[in-house]
Amino acid sequence: MENVFEIHDLSSWFGENQVLKKIRMDIARYSVTSVMGPSGCGKSTFIRCLNRMHDMTPGFRLSGQILLDGVDIHSEQIDPVYLRRRVGMVFQQPNPFPRMSVFENVAVGLKLNGKAHSRADIAERVERSLVMAALWNEVKDHLDQPGISLSGGQQQRLCIARALAVEPEVLLMDEPCSALDPASTAKIEELIEDLSEKYTIAVVTHNMQQAARISDQVAFFLMGELIEMDKSGKIFTNPSDKRTEQYITGRFG
Amino acid sequence: MTGTITFRRKAVDRAMKWVFYLCAFLVVLPLFLIFFDLVIKGAKELRWSLLIDLPRPVGEPGGGIANGILGTVVITLLTMTWSVPVAIMSGIYLAEYGRGKFASAVRFAVDTLTGVPSIIMGIFAYVLLVVPMKRFSAWAGAAALSMIFIPVVVRTTEDMLRTVPTTVREAALALGITRWKATLRITVRTAWPGILTGILLAMSRIIGETAPLLFTALGNQFWQSHLDQPMAAVPLQVFTYAISPYEDWHDKAWAGALVLITMVLLINIAARVLTREKR
Repeated sequence: MENVFEIHDLSSWFGENQVLKKIRMDIARYSVTSVMGPSGCGKSTFIRCLNRMHDMTPGFRLSGQILLDGVDIHSEQIDPVYLRRRVGMVFQQPNPFPRMSVFENVAVGLKLNGKAHSRADIAERVERSLVMAALWNEVKDHLDQPGISLSGGQQQRLCIARALAVEPEVLLMDEPCSALDPASTAKIEELIEDLSEKYTIAVVTHNMQQAARISDQVAFFLMGELIEMDKSGKIFTNPSDKRTEQYITGRFG
Repeated sequence: MTGTITFRRKAVDRAMKWVFYLCAFLVVLPLFLIFFDLVIKGAKELRWSLLIDLPRPVGEPGGGIANGILGTVVITLLTMTWSVPVAIMSGIYLAEYGRGKFASAVRFAVDTLTGVPSIIMGIFAYVLLVVPMKRFSAWAGAAALSMIFIPVVVRTTEDMLRTVPTTVREAALALGITRWKATLRITVRTAWPGILTGILLAMSRIIGETAPLLFTALGNQFWQSHLDQPMAAVPLQVFTYAISPYEDWHDKAWAGALVLITMVLLINIAARVLTREKR
C-alpha cells in the first residue's frame, strides 16, 4: 500500500524539554491510524507536527523529516498554508467559530482560502460536507442558526464538516471524542469508518477500546517514544513490547 | 458568648453590604445630578432653533448652535476615518503578533498616551499643524482628537482579541487560511462586539473634549465646510458661552451642554444595544 506520510526520526522540543524522540512511522493512504498512550506521552504534539500547527508556538523546534507524498513538509516547496489545506484537523474541544452560523462555519474555509467559488458552488459544497459529516439531516432546516447553539456532538460533526469542506487528503483528529457523551462518540466513530474510504485519517485517543474499534493500525507512544506500531488486531491481542502489554492491561496510564 | 459573636458578625456583614451598596449609589449619583441640572437649566433655551440656527450676537434672542453640532459631527467622523483602522490594526499587532521588546514598548507608550492630559494633545497638534499651516483648522482638531481616540481603542481592541480562545485561531489556521485573513475575518469577527463598544465609548469621549480643540479647530460663528479652516464644535461653543459675561449666553451654554450629553448618552445606549444582540 502506498504511504501518505513517511516520518523519519522525528524529534521535537518545547524549549529545553524534549517531547518526541526519534519517531519513525508510515501512514498508508485510506487507512485509519490511532495514536494512543498515557497523558503527556507526546501523541498530540506528534499529530500537530503533521500539519505544522506548532509553527506559531514560541520555543518549538524539531528535527528529522516528515514526508507527505515523498516531499518534506518543511521544505521550501511546501507552504504551511497549502499543507493545511491538504491535511485538515479536528480538535479535542468542538470549536465552531462563534458568531457564525452553521452554514458560515462550513463555508468559511472555502470563502477565505483564496479560490473563487460561486455562491451556488459554495452552497453545494457545504451541503456535501454536512452530508459526509452525518449532520445534514439534523441541521438542514436551520443552517442560519449559530454554530455554537448545536449540541456538543453536533458541534464536533460541524467541525468535521468544516474540515472536509476544503477537501483535504488527510484528516488529523486530536482526541475528537474526549469531550463528548457515549452516543455522540459512537456517531463520530461510525463517521470515521465511513470517511476512511476517501480520506487518510490519524486519530489521537487515550481510549483503547476506541482505538481497537476504529483503526487499521495503532501506534503506542510512551514518554515521547514510539514503542510499538502494528495492526490493531495484533497490538491488542499479542503486543511485541512488554510496555504495550502493561498499558493495554491497565497496569499504568 | 458565642451568641454575641454571631450577632456581631452578622451585624458587620449586613453593615458592610450597605457600605458596598452606598458606594455604588454614590458612583451613579453624579450622572443623574448632572443630567437633571442640565435639563432644568438647559430647557430654557432648548428649542428647535437651537439645533438648526447659527449663533446670533449678544442680546439678540434666538439663534442656535447648528454649526457647532455639524462641526462636532464632521470633526469626529474625520478623526475616526483614519483613527479606527490604525487603532484596530495596532490592537491586532499587540494581541496577535506583538511579542518581545517592541511590543512592550508600544504597549507602554499607548498606556502612557492614554494618561496624557488632553490639552497637551491640543498644544502638540498646534505646534505640528497649526503653526506650519498658519491657520486653525478642522484637520488640526481631528489630529489632536486622534491622539486621544487611538490609544483607548488600541487597548480595548487588544483586550477583546485576547478574550478569543486560542482554539478559534487554531481552527482557522487548520483550514489553510493565511494568518492575516484568519485574524481579520475570524478572530476580529469573534471579538467584534467588544471592539465596537470600545470604538463607541472612545467616540463619546472625543465628542465632549474641549481642550484639544481650543487652539486647533478654534471654533467658528458661521458655517464652515472647508476642513482647512477653523470649525465650530459644540464643546467649544459651550465653553465660549459659559465664560462670557452675558446672561442669555449662559442659558445657551446650558442648552449646548444638554445637547452634548444627550449625544454622548445616545452613543452609549447604541453601544449597549449593539453588543447585546448575538451574545
